[in-house]
Amino acid sequence: MSALTFKLKQRPDQRVDMSPLVCHQLLGMEPLTIAAIELQCGKRKVRVDELFSLSGFDTQKIVIKNSFGKLDYIGKELSEGSITVEGDAGAYLGFGMKSGAIKVHGNVGLYAACEMKNGYLEIDGNAGDFLGAAQPGNKMGMKGGTILVKGNVGERAGDHMRRGNILIEGDAGDYCGSRMTAGTIAVMGKTGRFVGYAMRRGTLLLWNQPQLQASFNDCGAHTLAFLPILFASFKKYDSRFAETSAAFNRVRRFAGDMSELGRGEVLVRI
Amino acid sequence: MIINGVTIDATFAEAFPMKATRAIITAQNEKWAMISAQAMTGFATSVIACGCEAGIERVLDPSETPDGRPGVSIMIFAMGGKGLAKQLETRAGQCVLTSPTSALFAGIEGGIRIPLGKNLRYFGDGFQIAKVISGKRYWRVPVMDGEFLTEATTGQVDAVGGGNFLVLAESQPQALTACEAAIEEMRKIPNVIMPFPGGIVRSGSKVGSKYASLGASTNDAFCPTLKGMTKTDLSPEIESVMEIVIDGLSKEDIDKAMRVGIQAVCDLGAANGIQRISAGNYGGKLGPFHFHLQEIMA
Repeated sequence: MSALTFKLKQRPDQRVDMSPLVCHQLLGMEPLTIAAIELQCGKRKVRVDELFSLSGFDTQKIVIKNSFGKLDYIGKELSEGSITVEGDAGAYLGFGMKSGAIKVHGNVGLYAACEMKNGYLEIDGNAGDFLGAAQPGNKMGMKGGTILVKGNVGERAGDHMRRGNILIEGDAGDYCGSRMTAGTIAVMGKTGRFVGYAMRRGTLLLWNQPQLQASFNDCGAHTLAFLPILFASFKKYDSRFAETSAAFNRVRRFAGDMSELGRGEVLVRI
Repeated sequence: MIINGVTIDATFAEAFPMKATRAIITAQNEKWAMISAQAMTGFATSVIACGCEAGIERVLDPSETPDGRPGVSIMIFAMGGKGLAKQLETRAGQCVLTSPTSALFAGIEGGIRIPLGKNLRYFGDGFQIAKVISGKRYWRVPVMDGEFLTEATTGQVDAVGGGNFLVLAESQPQALTACEAAIEEMRKIPNVIMPFPGGIVRSGSKVGSKYASLGASTNDAFCPTLKGMTKTDLSPEIESVMEIVIDGLSKEDIDKAMRVGIQAVCDLGAANGIQRISAGNYGGKLGPFHFHLQEIMA
């Protein structure tokens, strides 16, 4: 069965809430029923077939073509199946995602994987601020799963992150891993200012020495046994993280943020 | 049945249901993985007094271990799940956590999950760090040589304990040589351990004793020095008997181990002083698993 494909006819001026178009909500629906679903677009509601031309039947395999940066909430609370986005995605991509996989061939906006619970999210381009973070005012960000970003990410990646992995092949903006409670963020590129700001626990695994705050204490150079296991778990991804040459187990360990609980760590490759 | 001049008795070994688990110990090199494994499986020959039966299953190549270092696979058997969990935890804490460069991983993926490093983490006094990698929880416990890495849990499965056979020989050296040959072959079989020293028991027991406080005592029917004063099971030319006890994850695993072990003994044959192969049982009334020697060797 071919993938259920939504091809954007023309870009609307207003943002579109794509949250109804997820695998578990469309399961068992006929194409005509799907076409009649109403999406919030700005202050009005529009039918799916007004915005998209539809083809294919497999509701467990959704493809969004001609996507652009105003399509918000793609894959909201996804609990099964896969969504492929050809183009950019808007804000709140994979919001509260529970399982399944989302792959975006372009860039994504703010709050991607916000409060993600499980599953796999892959972004070929760049991601905006608050990747894998908590909603404003909430205390718990990403709680599980893996995010792979092949480009750069904005500020506050992993803010309030609780569990899971964020893998960034490019650079990370300021406050990467801020207020982390646990989990792992790996950054192959450079990191901005205030890395691990107010982190309580969790691991920031960095390829390049960051500019650390005074509230991170140097614990020296170490060979850590868990790193080979961590890198082995990345082998399944189509990523530079999967390359054998990317793996290492020798790091300099900085503990912090001592202005908070101080059980977090920044591990820098040496 | 006679193989190479060795008589295979028309009898059977009687075995019991047990609970088992497996753990993988790795270290900087094989030497230290083995030292740790030997410590962890020490004083674990029989549930009668040790609380569990444990042994080294095999040496693992770095490509077979979770962290890519040399390793050793060990198995522990106990009569119940609670006892098994307690033995695993105390042994891991005293013998692996303490062993330089060691790390400890689950050796059974399925089954009931029992704590491996789940509670050892408290040794870290709050500095321990949890990592969930590919759905498995690991604990990193800071220790003086670096970090002790352990998986939180391992699997507990139903198993079989007490498979055995006896080697009856014309002399003590010949019995020992035959048993050594058997153990060498049996160690190649996966999912089994031979928990006694070097895999061999020289003091097989019977149920009960003239002393009320003892539940088991020497198997006088197979003691060569008692041939003239007890209801012996030995012919005049037999001067020494040794036993090999096998615990395995399934009856089939023990079958295989017994087959290769007995075959190795029979390969030495009567020419090397091996007279008979027999087995220990309790009349078939106590253990649900029966290993008939002649069926195994058929």
